Amino acid sequence: MTARSIRGTAAAALAGSLAFTAAACSNPDSGSGPDGGDQESAVVGIAYEPDSLSPLLGYGKDGNSKLFDGLLAVDGDMNLRPALASALPEVGADGTTYTYRLRDDVKFSDGKPFSAADVVFTYRTILDAKTNNPSKTELAAIKDVTAKGDDTVVFTLKYPYAPFAQRTVLPIAPEHLAGKQDVNTGPFTTKPVGTGPYLLTNWSKGEKISFKANPDYWDGAPKVKKFTMAIIKDDDVRATRLRAGDLDGAILPPNLAKGFENDKGRRTYSATSYDYRTVTLPTHNKVAGDNAVRRALDVAVDRDTMVDKILDGAGRAAYGPVPTGSEWFTKGTERVHDLDEAGRILDEAGWKTGRDGVRTKDGVRASFPLWYLTGDKLRQDHALAYASDAKKAGIDIKTQAGTWEVIEPRMRTDAVLAGGGAPGDPDFDQFSLLNSGLAGDGFNNMAWYDNPAVDKALDAGRESGNKKDRKAAYDTVQRELAKDPGYTFLTHIDHVYVVNDTWGTLTTQVEPHDHGLASGPWWNVEKWAPTP
Amino acid sequence: MARMTGRRLLFAAPVLLVVTFGVFAVAAASPFDPVKAYAGTAGLTASQETLDQLRANLGVDRPLVARWWEWLTSAVTGDLGDSSVMRRPVADVITERLGWSVLLATTAFVLAILLGTALGVAAARRPGGLLDRCVSSAAYTLEAAPAFWLGLLAIWFFALRLGVLPAGGLTDSGSDTVTFGQVASHLVLPAAVLGVSQMPWFYLYVRQGVADALEEDPVRGARARGLSERTVLLGHAWRSGMLPMLTLIGSRVPELITGALLIETVFSWPGIAAATVEAATSVDFPLLAALTVLATAAVLLGNLLSDLLYGLADPRVGFDG
Repeated sequence: MTARSIRGTAAAALAGSLAFTAAACSNPDSGSGPDGGDQESAVVGIAYEPDSLSPLLGYGKDGNSKLFDGLLAVDGDMNLRPALASALPEVGADGTTYTYRLRDDVKFSDGKPFSAADVVFTYRTILDAKTNNPSKTELAAIKDVTAKGDDTVVFTLKYPYAPFAQRTVLPIAPEHLAGKQDVNTGPFTTKPVGTGPYLLTNWSKGEKISFKANPDYWDGAPKVKKFTMAIIKDDDVRATRLRAGDLDGAILPPNLAKGFENDKGRRTYSATSYDYRTVTLPTHNKVAGDNAVRRALDVAVDRDTMVDKILDGAGRAAYGPVPTGSEWFTKGTERVHDLDEAGRILDEAGWKTGRDGVRTKDGVRASFPLWYLTGDKLRQDHALAYASDAKKAGIDIKTQAGTWEVIEPRMRTDAVLAGGGAPGDPDFDQFSLLNSGLAGDGFNNMAWYDNPAVDKALDAGRESGNKKDRKAAYDTVQRELAKDPGYTFLTHIDHVYVVNDTWGTLTTQVEPHDHGLASGPWWNVEKWAPTP
Repeated sequence: MARMTGRRLLFAAPVLLVVTFGVFAVAAASPFDPVKAYAGTAGLTASQETLDQLRANLGVDRPLVARWWEWLTSAVTGDLGDSSVMRRPVADVITERLGWSVLLATTAFVLAILLGTALGVAAARRPGGLLDRCVSSAAYTLEAAPAFWLGLLAIWFFALRLGVLPAGGLTDSGSDTVTFGQVASHLVLPAAVLGVSQMPWFYLYVRQGVADALEEDPVRGARARGLSERTVLLGHAWRSGMLPMLTLIGSRVPELITGALLIETVFSWPGIAAATVEAATSVDFPLLAALTVLATAAVLLGNLLSDLLYGLADPRVGFDG
């Protein structure tokens, strides 16, 4: 090939590609920007990305998975309603059998019918030891699940477990596809097929997940035909791309959401949550394990200032895992900020103020370390504020940053700024956080909390099917927690979202610790309708 | 030439062995826990039993040498194993992403070579001239500037201030079909930044090489014979001045790979580099080992290529041995 012919070929190729580029750019269908008033597509910016889209590995376990449905679903008021089941379950007299009747008009998006076998397959696969589902602990109550014909499923539990129905919002996977491949790494983990309102069109890891409406959805085809979740980890970039019109909505930290307050085309939503921040006070630490120190810290800490300064007002003071706004919260267990009271408690218990302002008792200095997760600004702020409040009461808390690898081996004796929160049932958070049998079990009961009265009430709360009995049990738990605070609960955090008002006023659910993917105003995007 | 190629390829095998073992050893010694990385937030509420089960399933509790040997023997038969962080077979992850990385790196590399050569030759014509002084100082500055910083600067200027180019991704966030036009417009910024960050080395080498060549006897002779400046520059000086740059092309490959790593992260480019970072922080052995083999192979091939080019361009050099 001569130099001339190479040059000629290159020029032709360049011209060709330029023409192609121009054609693609001028194609009006190639990208429908949100600024164009397009109400059939929505793009939202989220901060977290799922590791897998397979429910068998934990995707969508709390409901709202878009691609899938559970037997039950949770509505805007957090009440359970039937989804793939035709009604709420029948619970056996002893609380250990749950019977679900299934809808008979549901098809997976590949056209194959949904049946009881898929439900049995889903639950059995998750519980299988070979399945790498890190959330399987949540289904620990199940002894067996069996199908009775095509339209009935019966769960048998190891012990009476009142919150069980809440767990069955878990999405159902199709046996005919997922059952034929490696559950941990097969194609189903990234190209799932479900019964849900949306179908997956593309998942570009680290960039975005795109959905299109399922025209045959059993609960009616969604009006928003195209839905995209753009994964943007950086808060500032997300805010910028929202402002630039690249996104229709996004989750934002409160301070960045403020910038959109006066924007006429956008609305700010503040979703209340169960997402708490707490300080573990490990029982094995001589100082933090002392009841007087725990009670003193509980009143020495200024929760309202934390809400104002750290959360920009988007949150509430927390006195336990149950938020003050919940029907399960025990009124009267709020602790007011009272530094004098803290001093009195410590004086009475014999913690004397030393020369450096730090109290001592029997030669033990009132001092312990408090760890927080490296890089988590919110936890760092909470930890520093907590330490500064404690200092005023004469307790010296040394804050230290570390990764979980560094923190975990120290959890038995060192305090940790922890977070968590699962809405739905009061059992979910309180049992794993406070039950002495779970002390030091993975990340359960990190503070090694041990209170026989609480243990008893927790068992009563999960076993009774009667709401009044349950309320009484959780009242006991929260009153005991006020008397013996093994954790200092600081705040419940609101999750703030900014969304174009193309779809009118949207709603939010009460949200868990994880947020943005299944929750946010797009928790029910399949029901969104353009404003007339 | 064939002998050199053969010998180098033979030599590559032990190098790759040592490198993969090194990766396994370093990853095993790192403080990151693969089980925690796998479980993510769910791991923070999981019971110890579940975590132990995961540890056994992922096979991360077995001794380092056994794991390496197992990986190696199945890799030789073509089975690269499953990536725990991506929840998919390693081969799938690589085939899906490698193309985008190669596109980015090749565009950047071609840009760097063309730009570096053109500017280098132009500057060498008048050493100490205005163009030379401007471009040389810019080149030294760029040499010191980290690629990710240039990337952020480019996003700030072109995407945020001017709003003419997209800030990241492979396509617009609202569109999910990968069209040529979309990719082309999204490629401009990352490829330009990566290319510009690689440019100084080529520029400085060419400038020096051509300037030296212009001083050499054959060039002076050519000038004395009254040949046009154009012929002297492009026919004589350029050719011998380009020699050092051929070596450079091969040796810049590692730098290009690390540069691409940062650029892909900054621009959310769905290439292989972003996967590398994730594999490393999640101690995902199979993915990490496969990617390391790829990178090592690229470096070895780069070196071989530059030696071959050099040998072809200048017969005096010959092929080693």
